[in-house]
Amino acid sequence: MSNLLIIGIVLILGAVGFLLGRQRALAAAGGDARNLHSLPKYYGANVGLNAIVPAFGVLIVWLLAQPLLVNANVSGMLDEGASAGARNLLMADVRRVADGLDTAVSQGALTAEGAANLGTDTDNVREILADVGVALGSEVTAQTLSAAQRYRAMSATGNIWKTIIVIAASLAGLALAFMVTKPSFRARNIVETGVLAVLIFAASIAIMTTVGIVLSLVFNTIEFFRLYAASEFFFGLRWNPSFSGRGGGSELGIIPLLWGTLYISLVALIVAVPLGLFAAIYLSEYASKGVRAFAKPLLEVLAGIPTIVYGLFALLTVGPLLVEVFGEGGFLGVSWMAGGTAVMTAGLVMGIMLIPFVSSLSDDIINAVPQSLRDGSYGLGATKSETVKQVVLPAALPGIVGAILLAASRAIGETMIVVLGAGAAARLSLNPFDAMTTVTAKIVSQLTGDSDFASPEALVAFALGITLFVITLALNVFALYIVRKYREQYD
Amino acid sequence: MDDYYTTDRKMSTMQDTKIAASGVQVYYADNHAIKDVNVDIGDKTVTAFIGPSGCGKSTFLRCLNRMNDTIDICRVEGDIKIDGEDIYDKKVDPVQLRAKVGMVFQKPNPFPKSIYDNVAYGPKIHGLASSKADLDNIVEKALRRGAIWDEVKDRLHAPGTGLSGGQQQRLCIARAVATEPEVLLMDEPCSALDPIATAQVEELIDELRQNYAVVIVTHSMQQAARVSQKTAFFHLGNLVEYDDTDTIFTNPKDPRTESYISGRIG
Repeated sequence: MSNLLIIGIVLILGAVGFLLGRQRALAAAGGDARNLHSLPKYYGANVGLNAIVPAFGVLIVWLLAQPLLVNANVSGMLDEGASAGARNLLMADVRRVADGLDTAVSQGALTAEGAANLGTDTDNVREILADVGVALGSEVTAQTLSAAQRYRAMSATGNIWKTIIVIAASLAGLALAFMVTKPSFRARNIVETGVLAVLIFAASIAIMTTVGIVLSLVFNTIEFFRLYAASEFFFGLRWNPSFSGRGGGSELGIIPLLWGTLYISLVALIVAVPLGLFAAIYLSEYASKGVRAFAKPLLEVLAGIPTIVYGLFALLTVGPLLVEVFGEGGFLGVSWMAGGTAVMTAGLVMGIMLIPFVSSLSDDIINAVPQSLRDGSYGLGATKSETVKQVVLPAALPGIVGAILLAASRAIGETMIVVLGAGAAARLSLNPFDAMTTVTAKIVSQLTGDSDFASPEALVAFALGITLFVITLALNVFALYIVRKYREQYD
Repeated sequence: MDDYYTTDRKMSTMQDTKIAASGVQVYYADNHAIKDVNVDIGDKTVTAFIGPSGCGKSTFLRCLNRMNDTIDICRVEGDIKIDGEDIYDKKVDPVQLRAKVGMVFQKPNPFPKSIYDNVAYGPKIHGLASSKADLDNIVEKALRRGAIWDEVKDRLHAPGTGLSGGQQQRLCIARAVATEPEVLLMDEPCSALDPIATAQVEELIDELRQNYAVVIVTHSMQQAARVSQKTAFFHLGNLVEYDDTDTIFTNPKDPRTESYISGRIG
């Protein structure tokens, strides 16, 4: 029986359980819901949940455990001497043949009995499977076929037991909950505990995912540091990976990349912070309602533009424009800028991208400053500007700093604008019109294309990733710390 | 009230007129909030505005330093003169006016700055201090007048928001006093305070009368009776009765005033 059908049956049992539980509770109370501890629907929900939740739990565990058990059993039949890698390949073949035979049976190319009695001497298994659309790389050996038959047999038995046990679990849960349904039973509390469990589950999924991401980074990073010295990675001044000569000749120093990242982020923040902050001050303190209603959503549209579009803007508009001014034969007569891709190009465009982050968050924070503080300042004969400068902004400062730091971590993690706007050369230079590159852009270039995941040139991406993660995490923690520290003091 | 206060009041009502309002109308959009109010407020006198909630007493108070200008939909008509000068005249800068007419609000609203900076805020803006020592003097004088100097002199650089509610309110009064205003407007200054802090603030108001014209809005008739020499009763946007505090509380002329002070309407 397919999993979908099992799930359907369990859900139907749950629905039946709901109705039965409700009815029993009402009957036990003599038809008057006031005699019950909880509303009738809670008794129903309790029975329904008891029918569904344990059964699904059993199903999930079974689905995870069965392939493991079957694999372990079947792979024991295969060549003892083979290495782990070769055995994996053989097992993949076995599974493919087994699935192919199942497909053949379901399409009618073989009878169930015929499939069970196939032999490599009498039948051409590869051809039979090719007819039903399952292509195999090589002829099927006797060993593979017998392993596949074993695999099929075990899976089939497993599936039958799975169906029986899951439905039995569902029925048992239903019966048990039905039995305990009486007016004094605290169904409401039980159901609310169930809701709590759902909430905890949702919260832990997010946290577990983060932990999983970090762990996958950590393990690959450790692998990388086995192949490449950590001191050279963290303190190396050159980034020069070689893809031709495997193992050697690569220089993987992170300093030039970090420099590029920080330089571009700095330019971006120099653009975004004043513009965003001034926009926020105008919108929250000076703009009339009409202007605000019109301008704020318009500003936030900027946040909705995909970064690749910003990248195009950098590549096609801002870069050439800057070259015309600062490049050779430009307006200023200086030749600081060799090409359109440069720190300045990426930084300017990224700054524009960050304006809505800074302005929108700062605007909310400035609006949260109590009107009574403004009144107090006006009441002392301060002008609007004095009030904003000396009362509103200081009161909003922790929040504004938080907004800026969030924008900074966003800038550090930005990729597409850098790929298109800043170039690909890792360089340690002070000239903002030089092409440079960032950590994120290099992660992309190390992992795209033909990469061997055992080489330091590919694994370095994980080390770069975790370094970046630590930096942005530290920034975010610092931002939260600042916000908390000062908020406590002023509220 | 004892006799001392009574004689004291009689004397103070002899003072000159500081604020003269005539024919004042206030509209919030289409809502006619203040209807044709005429009142003369004396110098060196505490004038109390009483009346039920929503009767317009706070609105009228906020007309006296043009705080209503900060509300977009608010429109003020009529004449309000301070020392004979029309404050709604185009020549008058509301910012200058507010330096002259200080205000203390219902909820204590110290700035998120140190106690010192809170008090120094107004003098700094208006350039009242010529040197750091001068500013120190002004701050100390203001805090003494606010009757809070002894409590905060050792922690002038602690945040003003860390004080208790009553201390915060006295800090706000000191802050208002520091700009050397001629009139002090108080909008229910004690409504967020406990009885002890209220008593301290009331005592302070009585002292402030030596130097300023004080106008106080209050919900508490006992408070009006305790601190003021003149009382104005507002009802539904009208100024019903304005007279010596004694007269209002002992011998009101208007039946609405009598109903209110005896608790029948509110």
